[in-house]
This record gives sequence, C-alpha cells and structure tokens, in this order.
Amino acid sequence: MTNAAQGSPTPPPRYLDSASSEPLHPAARETLLAALDQGYGDPRRLHRPGRNARLLLDNARAVVAEGLGVRPDEVTFTSSGTDAVHRGLLGLHRARARVGRRIVHTAVEHSAVLHAATWAGDEHEAVAVDAHGRVLVAELLTRAEGAAVVAVQAANHEVGTTQPVTEVADRLDGVPLFMDACASAGRTPLPHGWSAAAASAHKWGGPAGVGVLLVRKGVRWSSPFPHDDRVDDRSSGFENVPAALAAAASLQAVVAEREAVNARHAALVDRVRAAVARIPDTDVVGDPVDRLPHLVTFSFLYVDGEALVHALDRRGFGIASGSACTASTLEPSHVLAAMGALTHGNVRLSLGRDTTEADVDAFLEVLPGAVSDVRADVGL
Amino acid sequence: MTGTPEEVDPEEVDPQDVDPQDVALELDCRALMCPLPIIELARHVGDVAVGDVIAVVATDVAARHDVPAWCRMRGHDFLGEDSAADGAPRFRVRRVA
Repeated sequence: MTNAAQGSPTPPPRYLDSASSEPLHPAARETLLAALDQGYGDPRRLHRPGRNARLLLDNARAVVAEGLGVRPDEVTFTSSGTDAVHRGLLGLHRARARVGRRIVHTAVEHSAVLHAATWAGDEHEAVAVDAHGRVLVAELLTRAEGAAVVAVQAANHEVGTTQPVTEVADRLDGVPLFMDACASAGRTPLPHGWSAAAASAHKWGGPAGVGVLLVRKGVRWSSPFPHDDRVDDRSSGFENVPAALAAAASLQAVVAEREAVNARHAALVDRVRAAVARIPDTDVVGDPVDRLPHLVTFSFLYVDGEALVHALDRRGFGIASGSACTASTLEPSHVLAAMGALTHGNVRLSLGRDTTEADVDAFLEVLPGAVSDVRADVGL
Repeated sequence: MTGTPEEVDPEEVDPQDVDPQDVALELDCRALMCPLPIIELARHVGDVAVGDVIAVVATDVAARHDVPAWCRMRGHDFLGEDSAADGAPRFRVRRVA
C-alpha cells in the first residue's frame, strides 16, 4: 500500500511453486467459508450440530473417493499428507510384523517416507533409480522378496518423473505396496495396484492440514499409533470437517479442469525445458515425457541454489530450490544425488492453475540474466 | 569463503601419499561449501595437461555427487574417490579435452 501511494507499486509475485503448495482453489475457499459455520459440531454426537458435521464429513469422503477413483470406505482424512504417509506405510508394515520387518523403498521417496522407515527401527533398503529418477524395477523386485512392505511413489515431488507403480505391484509376490501420491493426486489419475496410498490437499488447492490416507478394501492394515475413538479408526484427533469438505470441493473442481490444465502445463513445461537447456552448463533433470505435467527441475553449474532463489525473488518470482548450498550441515537433495544429477544450483519450477503463459515468458526472460549474475559473483 | 585452494606440487609430496593414479594437481577445498569446490575444479582443470589427473579434496557432502555430475556435463572422466592423507575425501578427475 505504501509503495502504491508513492507511485511505485510492487507487482504481485509470480508464484511458480505450486508443488510446494497450491493457492486455495476458489471452490475450496467458497466451501470452506460456508462449512466453517455449519461444520463445528462433533460428528460423533447425535444432536443436530453433530449430525450436520457428520453429514458434511461423509459428503467430503464421498467426493474425495469419487475424485480419486476409490471407494468411500477406503478414504481417511488425516492431519496432513505427511501424517497420511506415516499411517499408510507404517500401518501396512505393522500388519505384516509376523511375515517380515524389512521396508524396501525407492531411493527417491519423499523424506516423509524415509523418516517413517527409519522410525520403524528395522532394516530398510533404498533401491537405485536411473538417470531420470525412475526406480530400477528388476532390482526392486529382487529386494522385495520377503519384505514387509514396498514403498513406491506415484511420481517424484522434485523432478516429476512418474514411477512404474502398477508394473511393480503386478509383479510383487504378496508384498503390499505403499504409494506416496502427494505430488500427483488430483492432477493425474492414481495408478493401480497399491495397498495403501497417501495424498495431500494443499497440493491440489485445498487447505493445508488435510491429508488423505487410502487403504484398499480387504488389505491388512494395523494402526501404528495409539487408537482414538473417532469416526474413522485409521486416524486420530478431532476431525477438521470444514477443511475436509473444502479439500473435497477443490479436488472435484481440479479433476474436472485437469485435462485442459494439464495440457496447458505440459506444453509450458516443454517450453521451459527447451529454453533452459539453451543456458550454458545446465542440467535439465527428470523424464522429459513420462512426468508430472506441471513441474520441472534444472541445475546450473557453479551456481549457489539459494543465491539464485533470492535473485529470482528480487525479480518477482517465487521458486523453490532443492539445493542445500550455504548451510554446510544440510545434505544435498537425496533425489538429485540418487539420479546422478547436479545437486547444486538447483531450482524447481511448478505451475499452478492460474499460471499464465505470460508468467512463464517473463520467467524465461529474466532467468538467463539471474544465472549469469550469480555466476559472475563467483567469477565464472 | 576466502580459501584459495592450496596447490600441491606433486614433487613435494611424500611418495607414500602419492596415489598410484599419479595426480598432477591436487586442490585443497576442505573448508569450501558447495558449489565452491566445483568452481575451483573448473578454474584449475586447465592447469593440468590433457590426459593428466586433477584431484579435489572436499569435505562438503555435495562434492561426492557434484564432481561426477560436473565430469558428465563437461566431458571429463571421473576416476573415483579416495582419501587424502588426513582422511578427507578426495575426488580424482582425468582431463579429457
């Protein structure tokens, strides 16, 4: 406001980090505001406010089930995507305690999966990926023999590469597969074959603080955490009914729009990939074809990723980096490292439903200069 | 971030410390954080003859991934990792062109 009064308005930032969190979808916002007044009751109580809340929660569950192509009784709302990952992976693991304890996962799983596997306290094994970040299926299947559970993400959150979930699931001999679908759910249909899966509403324009745990009908799953006497015994804590309903409304809208949005995003990302590859000493990372439509990652030699994020922020662009430069205690991205990609000078661009062609053009216009500025600072 | 890498003249190195791969130039990037070890490598690769080996000693954890990635992108041969006399990780590169 001050700037505007002084006649030098700061333009709104062009947000290119939807993979970290998508702005609230208009459908979610509208539903959330209405539900805040309606969904305050305890859905387990028999009075009218309780019954209203229960109705809204069941409605949210049915809508999410339809949007994700599953049954309503396979849907559990959790307090976050991370919580859904923990419950999904560890619940399958716990139910298999008598068969095996070992967790096998791809080397490029989200840290939520890796931390859960470590927390389980048992042996866990990372399976290598190829240069695009796709898991080596034969190696995974060999390691999976006798394992308690196998974790394969639907698509990678940093580089966008899709994983062969269905192929792996079809060839696993009775070992359940946990699928972290947080990066893709809502944007693309879920692959088949998983026993439990996790999704996160704020990645599809729902509110933060809503995760979705999916457990297939008939799958053995046992809660890894203390039980609670709530509506759904796979979760714990008082349900955030208004947020769950808003998440459902957003999912419904996003699924209805996604064919058009994805086609637009995929074409824009193709353009970004081609333009970025023309900048010298650049590693454009991830599968160019079998990938999420909205996300692309690249690394620039000799560039401090954090410096580049700041340089782009000053030019009005909000973009994420997977590099851990500067903070020497931080490990480099385990995803980029597993792929053999350059881990420094990395940025990840991800498009939202409101991202325009003009946003992308403006980004591509300033990027080469921002990179050379950071490189000039180090004399290269 | 002041460190200019200390260049070790191979003839002054204790023969016991000399790698069988005959390192022509070793860069001391122990205190440098990513991407500085790679920047030093790029600055000094021209100091060794084509076919000779340059080594970078780096304690930053990213170097383990970024030296091979740099080799792939710049067309040099990554020969592998060993240890400097003090145990710090050392990465060896053969200059190709």
